[in-house]
Amino acid sequence: MIKTIHDWLFSVMPEWAASLTEMVLIAVFYLTLFAVIGLYLVLLERKVAAWFQMRKGPNRVGPWGLFQTMADALKLVTKELTGTTKADKFLYNLAPYFVIVTALVAMSVIPFTQSVQAFDINIGVFFLLAVSSIGVIGILLGGWSSNNKYSLIGAMRSGVQTISYELSVGLSLLTMVLLTGTLQLSEIIANQQEHGWLILQGHIPAIIAFMIFMIAGTAETNRAPFDLVEAESELGAGFHTEYSGMKFAYFFLAEFINMFIIASIAVTIFFGGWLSPFGITEGIIWLQPIWFTVKVVGIIFLMMWFRWTFPRLRIDQLLKLEWKYLLPLNLMNIVIMAIVIWLGWTI
Amino acid sequence: MERIIFYILAAIIIIFAIASVSSKKMLRAVIYLLFVLIAISGIYFMVDYSFLGAVQLAVYAGGVIILIIFSVLLVHHIELNLELASTKKRVIAALISFAGIAMVLPIILTHKFNVVENSRTIEVKDIGEKMLSYDSGGFILPFEVISILLLAVMIGAIVIAKGNRLGLKENQETRDKKQDIINQ
Repeated sequence: MIKTIHDWLFSVMPEWAASLTEMVLIAVFYLTLFAVIGLYLVLLERKVAAWFQMRKGPNRVGPWGLFQTMADALKLVTKELTGTTKADKFLYNLAPYFVIVTALVAMSVIPFTQSVQAFDINIGVFFLLAVSSIGVIGILLGGWSSNNKYSLIGAMRSGVQTISYELSVGLSLLTMVLLTGTLQLSEIIANQQEHGWLILQGHIPAIIAFMIFMIAGTAETNRAPFDLVEAESELGAGFHTEYSGMKFAYFFLAEFINMFIIASIAVTIFFGGWLSPFGITEGIIWLQPIWFTVKVVGIIFLMMWFRWTFPRLRIDQLLKLEWKYLLPLNLMNIVIMAIVIWLGWTI
Repeated sequence: MERIIFYILAAIIIIFAIASVSSKKMLRAVIYLLFVLIAISGIYFMVDYSFLGAVQLAVYAGGVIILIIFSVLLVHHIELNLELASTKKRVIAALISFAGIAMVLPIILTHKFNVVENSRTIEVKDIGEKMLSYDSGGFILPFEVISILLLAVMIGAIVIAKGNRLGLKENQETRDKKQDIINQ
């Protein structure tokens, strides 16, 4: 379908206009996807939270409360944008865009199906890590330029946390790259199509890497039990205390999109992306996005399960967990994986 | 198309580089520098050298800038402005930068740039193999030297960070020994 649209565009328009329209179309597609995913993940989170706490959750707006988050978004758009007079206005306004643009760029390399992937770069995994390391700048800026002590403390915590846990995310993905021998996401999936999902191929070290990735990924997105950044009981709302209306909504949306990105990376690297389990629906193309969505929602549910189950960590416990447990474990795991591959013990 | 994107990137680099050195607010200067670095990585992506582009993003934009922001957060209050340098210093700096431009610009304008035919995307695999090969043209020696240098830097950092406490312990031990001797 994408191919036919591409051909049709190039047949009716001169080349430069066609490529420009194509870029605009892709951008609109991704922005729509961005908004829809963000809004419905918020709804899912509220429903899951209600389920865990034996409540009903949102159920008034639309059937089963399906339009609740749309109504919330409309409310946020119409809200007045307040800000402090003592803030550094330029940086204060810039900060939300950092967070949201990096999330959008990271989304562009993820293969949703065999053909829906905006940017199939040959260093896919590395590019994802590089881009996601920039997002934290937005949080640091927002916290500093608000000129508020709670924001500043939240921003500092976020910086420390993200820089530490990035190592674990990177190393756990590298463990899996050892199996495929390529960083390109489409090739990683092609490898899994041939030899089975990576989590089965790599068995024990792959499962360890997956667990480390999930812990570090949850910490990267600043979600509970790692939500010291916006610890409500001690810091107000952390780094976005001073934000209101749409600017607050950008931070809020970006958190959920980042969760989606972490889940999609996990699905792509460990669970075969859009592939069906054991190739049961190999040839049916329209099932690919459905398999992808099912897997991603499964992983996201796992992350929500974490959030409503575990109490928040203290900052020293958080750093101890990363530097004294996860990082050494991760380094050992890479060596084990290398030995497994060297001896040909993969499945 | 590519030409337009290149000019946009070049304009971003020049404008934000000037903004970065002339800004009086420290954190704003850092953010302008960040824009410059991101635009440079954009140029790397344009010439299809995506590995270097991603390294630029991860190391400079993601690493160095975050470290600078951290130090600014720790030492700099939001209402402080940077002091202007003295007129004499500014004049000297302007002269030196103009001298630099005068040297570089004629070279760029007179040099004939070759168009590379059949350019091939460089893959990480090639870089990794070159890095560990000890044939001629391999980079194993510089790679190992840099590894040792980084190890030394890391140990140095730990010693500096822990230095006082290590010293304290030794002092206590020597004091204890002296006490023992006195007791005896």
